Amino acid sequence: MDLLSLSTLLPEITLTLAALLLLMVGVFMGDRVTNAVTQFAVLALLLVAAALGATMWGVEADFHLTGPQGFVDVSLFTSLIKLMVLITAAGALLLATGYLRREEIYKPEYAVLVLLAVTGMCLMLSASNFLMLYMGLEMQSLCLYVLAAFRRDATRATEAGLKYFVLGALASGLLLYGISLVYGFTGSLSFAEVATALSQDSSRGALVGFGFILVALLFKVSVAPFHMWVPDVYEGAPTPVTAFFSVVPKIAAFGLLMKVCYGPFAPLQDKWLWLLPVLAAITMLWGAIAAIGQTNLKRLLAYSSIGHVGFALMGLAANDPRSVIVYLAFYAVMSLGVFAVLLLMHRDERMLETIDDLAGLSRVHPGLAAAMAILMFSMAGIPPLVGFFTKLYVFVAAVQADLIWLAVIGAVASVVGAYYYLNVIKVMYFDEPVAKYDRFTDGNLTGTVTAMAVLSVAGLLLIAPVVMLAQYAVHLLKP
Amino acid sequence: MLSTEVLAVFLPLLGFVLAGALGRRLGAHGAEYLTTALMLTAAALSISLFGTYALDGQHTTITLMSWMSVGPLSVDWALRFDALTAVMLVVVNGVSAMVHLYSIGYMHHDPHRPRFFAYLSLFTFAMLMLVTADNLIQLFFGWEGVGLASYLLINFWYKKPSANAASMKAFLVNRVGDFGFALGIMGIYFAFGTVSFDGIFNQLGIETSFKLFGWTLDAVTLSCLLLFMGAMGKSAQLGLHTWLPDAMEGPTPVSALIHAATMVTAGVFMLCRLSPLFETVPEVLAVVTILGALTAFVAATIGLTQFDIKRVIAYSTMSQLGYMFFAVGVGAYGAAMFHLMTHAFFKALLFLGAGSVIHALSDEQDLRNMGGLWKKIPVTWALMWIGSLALAGVPLFAGYYSKDIILESAWASHSAAGQFAWYMGIAAAFMTAFYSWRLLLMAFHGQPRASAEVMSHVHESPFVMLLPLLVLAVGALGSGAYAYDWFVGEGRFEFWRTTLAVGEHDVIHAAHDVTGWVKHMPTLMGVSGIFLAFIAYLWVPKLPGALVRMFPSLHALFYRKWLFDELYNALCIRPALCLGRVFWQSGDVRLIDGLGPNKFAEATKNAADELHAAQSGYVYHYAFVVVFGLAALLIWLTW
Repeated sequence: MDLLSLSTLLPEITLTLAALLLLMVGVFMGDRVTNAVTQFAVLALLLVAAALGATMWGVEADFHLTGPQGFVDVSLFTSLIKLMVLITAAGALLLATGYLRREEIYKPEYAVLVLLAVTGMCLMLSASNFLMLYMGLEMQSLCLYVLAAFRRDATRATEAGLKYFVLGALASGLLLYGISLVYGFTGSLSFAEVATALSQDSSRGALVGFGFILVALLFKVSVAPFHMWVPDVYEGAPTPVTAFFSVVPKIAAFGLLMKVCYGPFAPLQDKWLWLLPVLAAITMLWGAIAAIGQTNLKRLLAYSSIGHVGFALMGLAANDPRSVIVYLAFYAVMSLGVFAVLLLMHRDERMLETIDDLAGLSRVHPGLAAAMAILMFSMAGIPPLVGFFTKLYVFVAAVQADLIWLAVIGAVASVVGAYYYLNVIKVMYFDEPVAKYDRFTDGNLTGTVTAMAVLSVAGLLLIAPVVMLAQYAVHLLKP
Repeated sequence: MLSTEVLAVFLPLLGFVLAGALGRRLGAHGAEYLTTALMLTAAALSISLFGTYALDGQHTTITLMSWMSVGPLSVDWALRFDALTAVMLVVVNGVSAMVHLYSIGYMHHDPHRPRFFAYLSLFTFAMLMLVTADNLIQLFFGWEGVGLASYLLINFWYKKPSANAASMKAFLVNRVGDFGFALGIMGIYFAFGTVSFDGIFNQLGIETSFKLFGWTLDAVTLSCLLLFMGAMGKSAQLGLHTWLPDAMEGPTPVSALIHAATMVTAGVFMLCRLSPLFETVPEVLAVVTILGALTAFVAATIGLTQFDIKRVIAYSTMSQLGYMFFAVGVGAYGAAMFHLMTHAFFKALLFLGAGSVIHALSDEQDLRNMGGLWKKIPVTWALMWIGSLALAGVPLFAGYYSKDIILESAWASHSAAGQFAWYMGIAAAFMTAFYSWRLLLMAFHGQPRASAEVMSHVHESPFVMLLPLLVLAVGALGSGAYAYDWFVGEGRFEFWRTTLAVGEHDVIHAAHDVTGWVKHMPTLMGVSGIFLAFIAYLWVPKLPGALVRMFPSLHALFYRKWLFDELYNALCIRPALCLGRVFWQSGDVRLIDGLGPNKFAEATKNAADELHAAQSGYVYHYAFVVVFGLAALLIWLTW
């Protein structure tokens, strides 16, 4: 095993070492060091991200590196998705501290779990072998189950964790079954060999295997109708965990979905390009319509995230992975911003999470209300905010792929969706204020809200470079 | 860039922006002093411009920027300066400055003065855009701008339902005229391929025709008729006049500025500006003559019977506008502009004087509740006399010169329409004098009819209100004699140069040579009207009542304004309301809303309820959906 091939796993190795080190420190020194552990974890995530970014610098678009035993294969695409995962994970971790401290569950394990989950995500993104893929996916999933139930003395959180675990186990079973079918019919677990075998002879058995694998991945991405766990888990899990869920695993799972679709199952492209548009349409409409009538903000955001997944999936369905990356990057910005607002909402040391708690926000906290309004407008896709342009990209992709009906459904879904985004703004600006929130003492949150609102406005200028970067990154996926 | 010309036009806009945007910060006093100072400056600049462009005979066009350029259509923002513009500048900025000054006193109880002064300045700016326009589109911009300002100012006391109704009426009736005007502009563009005045005047005499429902119509004639329709709306000519008397719901300074001196004369100005074009379509000019003459006559008859002091003056305005129009119709453009100018002075004076009376009587407007005021407010009384003498055309006062030359031109035009206009005009001149003195005598002379309490509060207006009246009185006294030579006398060619067309038959020249009795007729009529008013309202007060009893139907016709409002109500408004109700209730509410947005929203809501029901919270339900989805997907994949 030469060093060069081992270097493909350098980010994962670093993260694992950091996680183990912090776990030790946490176990031996107890809750006193929680703050240091969390900060170190953020630092580790950002350092790995920086190192990863540096390796991407000046690399040819078709660069890729195969790791030990051909189990991993990294390219610009995997690096870019990992970069997004690492940065958003660091952001989500920063958002969590204030909440955890207030709820008296501020423990070192939280940061360690996040680090391990991210490690799992990176591993599954690097995978070029189904066993590796399964390992990475399980690693991240197990961490996520625990995170969902992190407030173990709260019934709702444990319920969420349990639901997530049971349904996640079902998805894992489907995945394993699919992998074994694929292995049985193609004789290999390696992505490249599966692709070769499928391109020569795609038997019906392998197709069934592909179907199982696809459903498992769609479950992780939360595409309708495999999304039913999302609202319950999002609502039940502690808010910072929900923030983490709504962004980080989504990006990772989407990256994996793209890698699998364009990797081992590229020969079946006709099949999935036929399937995904329908799923995207169902997901967009379901996310938009089911959100109507929700009173809980976290539940609302769960449906909102489902809707956004539908839009991103539209990009993939239109065979344009570039637009998916762009969509996800700015979705992460808006989502983190909104969750930061949600985390700032507490009164008398109690978290608030219903829409009515936003009533009259514009009069008691005008700055916060303005930021929230910007984020909501951006999520609804109102120009000139960035949410409009990302939607525009996927719509253009759909139209260019002759999926005009899908673009029309997308437009209808975003009109329906605009209803509940605008409803939030209406409540903030036109309803009678109740009372002030507690003083904002968490600089991380106010900073994040400001930064994300600014990014939503300035996205207009940032979107062109991001598109260029994505264009580079998908070069190998879709030559 | 900031030449005198530009400043004279844009200072009012600056006033509007400052008073409008910073009104609260400036405070009422700040806003009124600022806008008034800017207006006074603009007025002073206008006088110097009058020297340059009217007296020294220069002309220039200042292109500010390109407005639009679409295919062959290109329109500039440009300021055109020549004698015609210069006259209008002096009138508009001069009267506007006086009205601003007057309003400081008149409106001092009103809490919304910044808004009032902002609107006044906005109006002035729009009017200036109109008179300095170098093409029809820019003229239309100003035209609509003054319409907007007029609407806003009539409805200045927006809590008064009658003001709401009046402002809407003004806007809607003008819309009818403006519709014609816009069509006229399009027709002109169709015929000439340009909307700039110079471009049109360079191609006079071309033959183009429209085909409409199988008829072939001359494009230029039709376009000019449509343009005149616009003028009818804005200048309240018979048919589209019903908004003007109602517009008196606005504050009195507004009536003076907009509904007497400036905006309502925009139609006259437009026809004069386009005089070279209108000279080529004599049929249209005949229509203008007849309609103007009818307006002069009908408005005067209504004026005889009204009791609201402002409405009497409003009908008088309408009648005088009729004079201007038939002057245009017979080709005496200089005379029309002359009367426009003198009328601006004495009518603004009369309105502001009436405002002073209303102010003194604590907002009483009914002539029947006045009387005997002259000792209490002698300055106002004297000034109203001057204004009325000018209006009635008593020799040496301004109106004498301008009205005489108009009537003489009508006589001298030797056309049937001109003759008709002369008879109508003479009759109107008699009635004008009569109702003017009816107003004066009922308001100022005889026994007081107001309650003792109101009479005890009667007071002369403050100096800030009297000063503008004095300035305008000077105009009403002297402007006729002073400007006679420039406008219609020997110096008229030197003065107007090419801005006003002169037909083959120079009507104004002919007008100077009419026979003696024609020359003296207007004066005779005026004096006898005054004399009769004295008999009827001072010496034999029972006479008017007896006359009314003798001709009840005639009086009813005049008193009810020739039933125009009733006619329009029955013919247009009620059917339109009916149609509107049908479209609203069955078309919009039931059909479009019912099956469109509301149905869609309802369906969405129902779908949301269904989806919520599916979200049961039970893990096995979710697992079932996943497995079911998987099965469907597999069937589909392997089909």
